[in-house]
Amino acid sequence: MSGKHADLSEIFNSDEERVDWHDKTLWFIREKRDKAAWQISEWEELREAASQIKNSVLSNLHNYLVQFEENATANGIKVHWAKDAKEHNVIVQKILEKEGILQIVKSKSMLTEECDLNTHLDKVGIEVIDTDLGERIVQLANEAPSHIVLPCIHKKKEEIGELFHTHLGTPKGNSDPIFLTAAAREDLREKFITRKAAITGVNFAVAETGEFIVCTNEGNADMGAHLADVHIACMGIEKIIPERAHLGVFLRLLARSATGQPITTYSSHFCKPKNNQQMHIVLVDNGRSNQLAKPDFRNSLKCIRCGACMNTCPVYRRSGGHSYHYAITGPIGAILAPNLDMKKNADLPFASTLCGSCSNVCPVKIDIHDQLYKWRQVITKDGYATKAKSVSMTIMNMVLSNPQIFKIAGNTGRWFMRNIPWLVSNKLNPWYKQREMPKPPKESFSEWYKKTTI
Amino acid sequence: MNSRESILKAVKNAQPQQLPLPDIAKFNKQEKGDTARFIEVLQKIGGDVFKVNDIFEIKQILLNSFSNAERIITNSPLFVDIAEIVVNQDAHSLQNTDITILVAQLGVEENSSVWVTDKNIEVRVVPFICQQLVLIISATKIVQNMHQAYEIIGKDDYGFGVFIAGPSKTADIEQSLVLGAHGPKSMTLFLLP
Repeated sequence: MSGKHADLSEIFNSDEERVDWHDKTLWFIREKRDKAAWQISEWEELREAASQIKNSVLSNLHNYLVQFEENATANGIKVHWAKDAKEHNVIVQKILEKEGILQIVKSKSMLTEECDLNTHLDKVGIEVIDTDLGERIVQLANEAPSHIVLPCIHKKKEEIGELFHTHLGTPKGNSDPIFLTAAAREDLREKFITRKAAITGVNFAVAETGEFIVCTNEGNADMGAHLADVHIACMGIEKIIPERAHLGVFLRLLARSATGQPITTYSSHFCKPKNNQQMHIVLVDNGRSNQLAKPDFRNSLKCIRCGACMNTCPVYRRSGGHSYHYAITGPIGAILAPNLDMKKNADLPFASTLCGSCSNVCPVKIDIHDQLYKWRQVITKDGYATKAKSVSMTIMNMVLSNPQIFKIAGNTGRWFMRNIPWLVSNKLNPWYKQREMPKPPKESFSEWYKKTTI
Repeated sequence: MNSRESILKAVKNAQPQQLPLPDIAKFNKQEKGDTARFIEVLQKIGGDVFKVNDIFEIKQILLNSFSNAERIITNSPLFVDIAEIVVNQDAHSLQNTDITILVAQLGVEENSSVWVTDKNIEVRVVPFICQQLVLIISATKIVQNMHQAYEIIGKDDYGFGVFIAGPSKTADIEQSLVLGAHGPKSMTLFLLP
């Protein structure tokens, strides 16, 4: 996805009805999250505990990684290390090539989206079938997921019906969700049965036991992994938690925050490979150790990928996930992306109102809106802000720091808005888009104050 | 330096001063699980529940509700008269399974999930590959929350374990909830005293 957030939002905003639907649907999920959270009287204490566990993990990540590797290896799992996306993709490719496997199934893993694994494997002749229904839909549409939990939330059922008609041969015009889901189930069952390797993501990896946990509602991770000879799990190094008992905290928070469910249908704990099966874990850095070194931004590594910050974000809900042009969309994506490529993602921290709703719903208490604000400062200081923004900021700085100029500017502005309104209220002024400009007052506050006797 | 060493070195240099782990024992209230609440939550997420007195009653209900089922598999010798026991088959040979009957070890009131491990299900795909899933649990095995559940699981040395809550589901198409994504289309739970 190329282009900047504002331009890409404009594309999404061209269909007003769809934007309204998108906005309301995500807000409905946010409300479900609230109801689910309020059922637990100690919810806020749980968030605090989760936050502290993650803080502790980040402060001792080196040892936990070593401990995890040791225990996973003892369990019969092969552990691999990848410093970046490219190395991750090559490791996966080599495991598959060694077994002569050319077709695989994959359940949802935002890490593999981050690394663009599918494109890499496609180039070397390995076919990947995404098995999460939403991911399968965007794969058929040749698009990226627009939400980390709800990958095709930007699509209408009629479009999905059309896609299935083309690719799965369902009758033209049928867009019934039950019918379409059944068609995908049939089609993907055949893939689960015949594919020799399965890739899954990882929600949590436990240092104490060397096991990893994968949460799904559809059962696709389990169908893939248990029917495959080779199971490859891909995870960012920040997914480690110290002890199995800590899962109690995170599994209570995750699904409630994500979709308002009390827990996902399946919370699968993979500890050892089954008989005659190979199990691999790829531990990926890809900028995480770099983020860890930044005190202002390291908290972003606490993320458990629930998507609550997206569902609540007034900008995300109206601009759509594709406007973020990065694998992780929404507020959390906007603080992760600049770490990987500040120049390319310089626009993302500005795609926010800084209202703070994201931080309020975050189950691990990441200070998302503070970090967005801090990234803006770093980006501007390093010269990556847009020309229009830095020029207007310089002018604003001059005007606001000089009372004489401020007075003249205020008078002039009010005069123009009263006498030549079209000069301000025209298409060249982005503030005028979908807004009426306010009526200018006759005088400024200081003019009024001077004449007013108390 | 290989990638492992360079990642570990970078992490070590980057990580801040060590922070303590919080006390989470306070969340484990050691209360008995409330079966009425467990049933309510399970019904809300699409599960069917029967309170029964004994195995005989379960079999009668199963034979009535699933009279069309051709292949029924189980992990329990208690059901050997109505189902085949899965021991060490190739997972792929189970693809035509209509019903899986499993006896679960642990249930959690707050989210109505039940815990099973490969100590009970040697072929791991068993609870996922069937069209309908039947779970059996004793009310005495229901705890209040996840912290208690993990206390009981403790250091258990399983190869694979899973919390299952309701039938497989998806809402990926316009947020319309559909039961039966890739796993079972229904989940029926029998609650024994």
